[in-house]
Amino acid sequence: MEQHDQVHGERENEPLGSFASYTVGLIFALLLTGASFLVSQTHLLWAPGVPAGLAVLAIAQMGVHLVFFLHISTGPDNTNNVLALAFGLLIVTLVVSGSLWIMAHLNANMMPPSALMEMRR
Amino acid sequence: MSANAATGDFAMPPPSSAPDTAGSGGGPAPVRIVVAFGFWIFLLSDIIMFSALFATYAVLSGQTAGGPSGRELFQLRHVGVETLCLLFSSYTCGLAILAIERRRMREFYVSCALTFVLGASFLGLEISEFVDMIARGAGPSRSAFLSSFFSLVGLHGIHVSAGLLWLTFMVAQTATRGARDFVRRRLLCFSLFWHALDIIWVALLTLVYLMGAR
Repeated sequence: MEQHDQVHGERENEPLGSFASYTVGLIFALLLTGASFLVSQTHLLWAPGVPAGLAVLAIAQMGVHLVFFLHISTGPDNTNNVLALAFGLLIVTLVVSGSLWIMAHLNANMMPPSALMEMRR
Repeated sequence: MSANAATGDFAMPPPSSAPDTAGSGGGPAPVRIVVAFGFWIFLLSDIIMFSALFATYAVLSGQTAGGPSGRELFQLRHVGVETLCLLFSSYTCGLAILAIERRRMREFYVSCALTFVLGASFLGLEISEFVDMIARGAGPSRSAFLSSFFSLVGLHGIHVSAGLLWLTFMVAQTATRGARDFVRRRLLCFSLFWHALDIIWVALLTLVYLMGAR
C-alpha cells in the first residue's frame, strides 16, 4: 500500500532544502528583522519615509521566508506553486488596498466636519 | 513533452515516469509534490483570510475612541523576543524535516522539542501580553482599534496553538509508526504550516507593532 514516491538520496535537496539554505535564510531573516526594529526605533530614515521603509523590509523578509524556508523557486516542478502564490497575492492586494481605498473615501465623503469634531471629543 | 516533439513521437508518455520530469509534462507528479501543492493552496486561502483581518486592522487602527493607542500599549522589547522565538522555531522545524529525511531520529526529536518549546514560549509571551493589556483596561471591547487588534493577533495565536497540537500529534505518530512515507508527508505539511505562520507574523510585526508603536 505504501507508495514509495520519493526515494531518499536521489533529489532530496530539491523540495526540502539543505542545512545551508535554512541557515542562510535564518541569517537573512535575522538581519532584516534587526533592520526593521532599527528603522522604527531610530531616526536613521527620514521620518515620513519610515512606513515605506518598514514595508520594503517586511516584503523582503517574506520573500526570504518563501525562498529559503518554503522552497518556492522557479524550478520546473514549482510552476503550480508559483502560479497559486501569484493568484493569492492578487487577492490579498485587492482585499487590503481595496478596503483601505474605499474606507478612506467613505471617511472623506460622508463625514461632515461637525460630526467629525463630535467623534474627536 | 519536448523530447516527444523532437523525435516526432506523439504517443502518450509512459505511465511510470521518472520523478525528475514531474511538472514538465512527463506524467503524474510524485505524491509528495501533489500533497505539498494541495497544502500550499490551503495555506494561501488561510493567508487570504488573514488579509481581511489585516485590512480591518489597517482601517480601524486609528479609531481608539479616547482609549489607549498602540504607542502607549506595545512594548517592543517583549515583541522582539516573541519574534525571535517564532523565527528560531521555524528554523528548528526545518532542521527536523531535514533530520527525518536522513533518518536521524535523535536529531529529529531534539529539533521537534526545540520547535515546541520555542513555539510555546511565543504563545506564553503573547498570552501574558494580552492578560496585561486586559488588566490595564485595554481589552477587546474598549475600542474598535483594540477589537481589531485582538482578532488579528489572537487569530495568529490560535493558529500557533493549533500548530503546537499538530506537532505533538506528529511526534507521537513518528514514534509509533516510524518514518514512513505518509508520516513524512504529514510532517512536510506541518513544516509548511509553521513557516507560513512565521510569514504572517512578519506582516503582523511590521503593520501592528513597528508602525503602531511609532
